[in-house]
Amino acid sequence: MNINLTLIGQSIAFALFVWFCMKFIWPPIMNALEQRKKTIADGLAAGERGKREQELGEQRATEVIKEAKGKAAEVIASAEKRGAEIVEQAKNDAKTEGERIVAAARADIEQEAQRAREALRTEVAALATAGAEQILGREVDAGAHAEMLDELATQL
Amino acid sequence: MASENLTSTAYIKHHLQNLTFGLHPDGTWGLAHGAQEAREMGFWAIHLDTMFWSVFLGGVFLWLFRKAAKRATSGTPSGLLNFVEWAVEFIDDNVRGSFSGKNDLVAPLALTLFFWILLQNMMDLVPVDWIPQVAHLLGIEYMKVVPTTDPNATFGMSLAVFALMIYYSLKIKGPIGFAAELTMQPFEAKNPVLKILFMPVNLFLEGIGLLSKPVSLALRLFGNLFAGEMIFILIALLYSGGVIFGLLGGALQWAWAVFHILIVLLQAFIFMVLTVVYLDMAHHEH
Repeated sequence: MNINLTLIGQSIAFALFVWFCMKFIWPPIMNALEQRKKTIADGLAAGERGKREQELGEQRATEVIKEAKGKAAEVIASAEKRGAEIVEQAKNDAKTEGERIVAAARADIEQEAQRAREALRTEVAALATAGAEQILGREVDAGAHAEMLDELATQL
Repeated sequence: MASENLTSTAYIKHHLQNLTFGLHPDGTWGLAHGAQEAREMGFWAIHLDTMFWSVFLGGVFLWLFRKAAKRATSGTPSGLLNFVEWAVEFIDDNVRGSFSGKNDLVAPLALTLFFWILLQNMMDLVPVDWIPQVAHLLGIEYMKVVPTTDPNATFGMSLAVFALMIYYSLKIKGPIGFAAELTMQPFEAKNPVLKILFMPVNLFLEGIGLLSKPVSLALRLFGNLFAGEMIFILIALLYSGGVIFGLLGGALQWAWAVFHILIVLLQAFIFMVLTVVYLDMAHHEH
């Protein structure tokens, strides 16, 4: 219970402890705490930024989708139009072609008929000549009566 | 009865005696055998037990915190580091709350004070006979294990704090400012004659106020811990009174220890907070 040198010894020990604490304990721990605070704040800020960016991205995506939809609709419309045009064109072409074919066929038929008629005529002339020969009993001079025969053929 | 009283008194006295090494009146240095010899040594003596336990506990505190400080990173803390960071933030909050100036010394000082005093006080919770008994077996006669029940320890700290108070008062306010603070209030006057007349009164009042700070700081801690230790010693006396008294003593010791945890923490906290407040006052100009 006596006050003695211990008093001074304790003061010195205390001073040394405080010095050590101030030099080697307080600063590193406070630094770590500060840094952690900063890290956490940065992380939160980054999270916030990411969220905003995501929102922006979503917005952009919606816009892009809308645009694409519009374009697709346009493409479809124009394709439909084009299709209709092609069908129309094909129809027209087919019609013309058909008409042409029909016309050609008619012409062929006409020609064929003409030719048949021509042949028939010649044959009739020959038949007539032969008939006449038999009726007359003599040779008909084909050359002399050619004119008459031709006239007959045209009458047929 | 007489002999029992004597042994009880001797037991208590033995527990309150520090292991003192010092200058004997005959001019030789050595250990004091008994309170009488220790008293005769006067100032030139040192309490080896107080010094050993306080330095040991201070070392424990610094070792633990240094270990944590070396591992401190901005990553996720765990275990010891977690506790140390919590403690440091707790002290830092307290210092920020009551200390408005800018001084890098105050927060580490408060941390050291709080944990050092806390650890020293905690020695009070170790049953009073354990360590002295071990010391006795090792041939050491006296062993007082709670440094804060030695006024040398508490005054050692409070005088160091007092020195800091004076140093910062002089540094921040200047010698004239500090002198003015001690002499120009609480009684103020416009009249120069009255001012001079008030000076000694003011100096007396402010001087008492200033000196009472370290004294109250030291005596509060010492008084609380000494009283707590004393009650532990008195309870320990019950163990020599048979089975029934022994059981009663055990129950009482447990109850008092539980209550004492509060005192141990509270006194360490009060010492720290008041130190910070006093240093804050030293940094403020009126």
